[in-house]
Amino acid sequence: MTEKTEAMTRERVTGRPRLLIPQTAGFVYCPGCHEPLVARAIAEALEEMGMGDETIGVFDIGCNSFLLGMLDIDSVLTPHGRPPDMATAIKHVYPDNIVFTVQGDGGLLAIGADPLLGVLTRAEKITIMMLNNAVYGTTGGQMAPTSLVGQKTTTTPEGRDAIKSGFPIHAAEMIATFKGTAYSARGAVNNPYNYERTREYIKVAFGKQMSKAGFSFIEILVACPPNWHLSPIDSLKWMEEKMIPEFPLGEFKNVDKIE
Amino acid sequence: MSKRVALEASFATAEAARMADVDVVAAYPITPQTHVPERLAEMVANGELKAAYIPVESEHSAMSACLGAAAVGARTFTATAGQGLELMHEVVYVASSMRYPVVMAICNRALSAPLSVWCDHSDAMAVRDTGWIQVFCQNNQEAFDMTLWAFRVGEDPKVLFPVMIHFDGFTLSHVTEPMILPEQSEVDTFLPKFQYPFALNPDKPMTHGAFGLPEIYSETKIAQEVAFRKSKDVAIQGFKEFGDIFGRYYHLVESYRTEDAKTLLLTMGSFTETAKIVIDRKRDNGEMVGLVSLRLWRPFPFEEFRQAVKNAETLIVFDRCISSGGPGGPVSSEVRAALYDEKEKPRVVSFIGGLGGRDMSLSDFEYVIERGNEIAEKGSEELFETVGVRGKVTGIRG
Ligand SMILES: Cc1ncc(C[n+]2csc(CCOP(=O)(O)OP(=O)(O)O)c2C)c(N)n1
Ligand code: SF4
Ligand SMILES: [Mg+2]
Repeated sequence: MTEKTEAMTRERVTGRPRLLIPQTAGFVYCPGCHEPLVARAIAEALEEMGMGDETIGVFDIGCNSFLLGMLDIDSVLTPHGRPPDMATAIKHVYPDNIVFTVQGDGGLLAIGADPLLGVLTRAEKITIMMLNNAVYGTTGGQMAPTSLVGQKTTTTPEGRDAIKSGFPIHAAEMIATFKGTAYSARGAVNNPYNYERTREYIKVAFGKQMSKAGFSFIEILVACPPNWHLSPIDSLKWMEEKMIPEFPLGEFKNVDKIE
Repeated sequence: MSKRVALEASFATAEAARMADVDVVAAYPITPQTHVPERLAEMVANGELKAAYIPVESEHSAMSACLGAAAVGARTFTATAGQGLELMHEVVYVASSMRYPVVMAICNRALSAPLSVWCDHSDAMAVRDTGWIQVFCQNNQEAFDMTLWAFRVGEDPKVLFPVMIHFDGFTLSHVTEPMILPEQSEVDTFLPKFQYPFALNPDKPMTHGAFGLPEIYSETKIAQEVAFRKSKDVAIQGFKEFGDIFGRYYHLVESYRTEDAKTLLLTMGSFTETAKIVIDRKRDNGEMVGLVSLRLWRPFPFEEFRQAVKNAETLIVFDRCISSGGPGGPVSSEVRAALYDEKEKPRVVSFIGGLGGRDMSLSDFEYVIERGNEIAEKGSEELFETVGVRGKVTGIRG
């Protein structure tokens, strides 16, 4: 099959959301990466809500940066770790629009932990989506705050040692403890069921913005085969056997009003 | 016996830090620096290096952790690039003002926006005035040699300033070259154990970096400045000792085929080695051209620089950074200032190129020399000219 007919067949089977820009040449994601699926979930969620033209995406530096090129919405790239700040300002100017960020676990919990804390403290009415692949993917698989105990990374070649470098952060649970948070959930895109659930989480989170309820957060577990040193298939296994038990899926907070 | 090995500059600087037996490495990954902390983390994990490796959460924290380590007298090393050095900026000043001889490798990278992970010297130039001793490397051997030298000079009790080693991102950081690794015993002869005279010590309490009221701030800064300028003597001494032990003699300003040269090209970093090929070609054609390269960038080697260019008619400065709205590339501005009061001086012509990783080939260097000579003769309307930029660039006026 030529590239074109293959793409057409795929479209006929699954349908392509209008907001998802077809990727043919120059696709940057590694084989087996889950990040592109998140672009699709965002596109579907916005389309189902009819909010595609009312939404502004703020993207971090990281592998997630390239989702920016996959979504046909207004979008902007920030310095590393700073999307919450930029999104906050955009939301203050456009309070009736949906403003969301996409960030990696490193971008949100390491270099960007201070903007996150600021947003949580001020209960900004934005949505943060964090893609948790348990490493700094872009820079070559160094330890991230989410790396599992024992996980081999390029800065923990013998495996993350809890005594020396602590334990993974559970962002969705932690963020649920903040009073200004209206919604906090963790999803995955490793199978159709989890994918569908994650897309619903995204819709609920965006809904919290439309009702001006409070801050909303979704963590999404994504596989990073090259930096996990696994094949795409084995990465799916690792996702089920290691990632999901460490980072359980589900909603940790869902309120209509913060008080 | 020293041994011949093949290493990229990132691994070379990491080897030097290992042979210097650093006590603390605190770093945050950023392209193209990542191989430096990764290699050091590996050395710590497999026992080749007995040090604390701290995988901090940002460059701001990396340099802050380095301050902590240096304050208690630990030999301290880190590395960064581009955006990382910018995020670190606040603490970069603090390290030099607190006289902590931290050593930091910079894999030079362009600055956002647009986002670029490729090389130019914008990151280096943005920290020009931070009070760090700064050297530029032409190749991977130098990345190793300058790292060792940096500890020797920075930690000298007459100096006590931090040192930055600049080498070009990707062009050097990721390119493997043959180089010589010395014996540990040679390194130990060159580099004494670090004895920080002002290390925090509970038995002898003291305060570092306290509040500087207007009554004392100026005196503090001027004292720092005087000491900083004097560090040049130790820099020279360090190169001499280095040469005596390892057989490679370095100079604050390097000259290549400058004898009787009417035209001199000035480059920094990896451009220098490419430029040498062009100089050779031109010399073979009988053209009187030569090359000077600034190795020591801070403190600026005024005397050595003036000496190196005094007989030339034209000095063509090739910058890899824009000094936005300023008088030319940052290096050309400094060079002009350094020559201003001289009675006899070459005419300085400024070029900017190689931004954001744009490759500069031999023909680009040939163009720079030829066009530079033409400008020296006939003048140009522009304050500086660009190399390899598509479209005709005009409107760069004072
Ligand atoms: C100030 C600064 N420091 C470091 C970097 C280098 N950097 C780019 S992406 C990245 C890690 C990204 O990790 P994560 O946020 O988890 O995203 P992933 O690539 O895993 O999707 C780092 C450290 C940078 N761009 N800016
Ligand atoms: S490095 Fe990991 S996160 Fe980045 S594109 Fe590849 S698989 Fe995806
Ligand atoms: Mg990540």
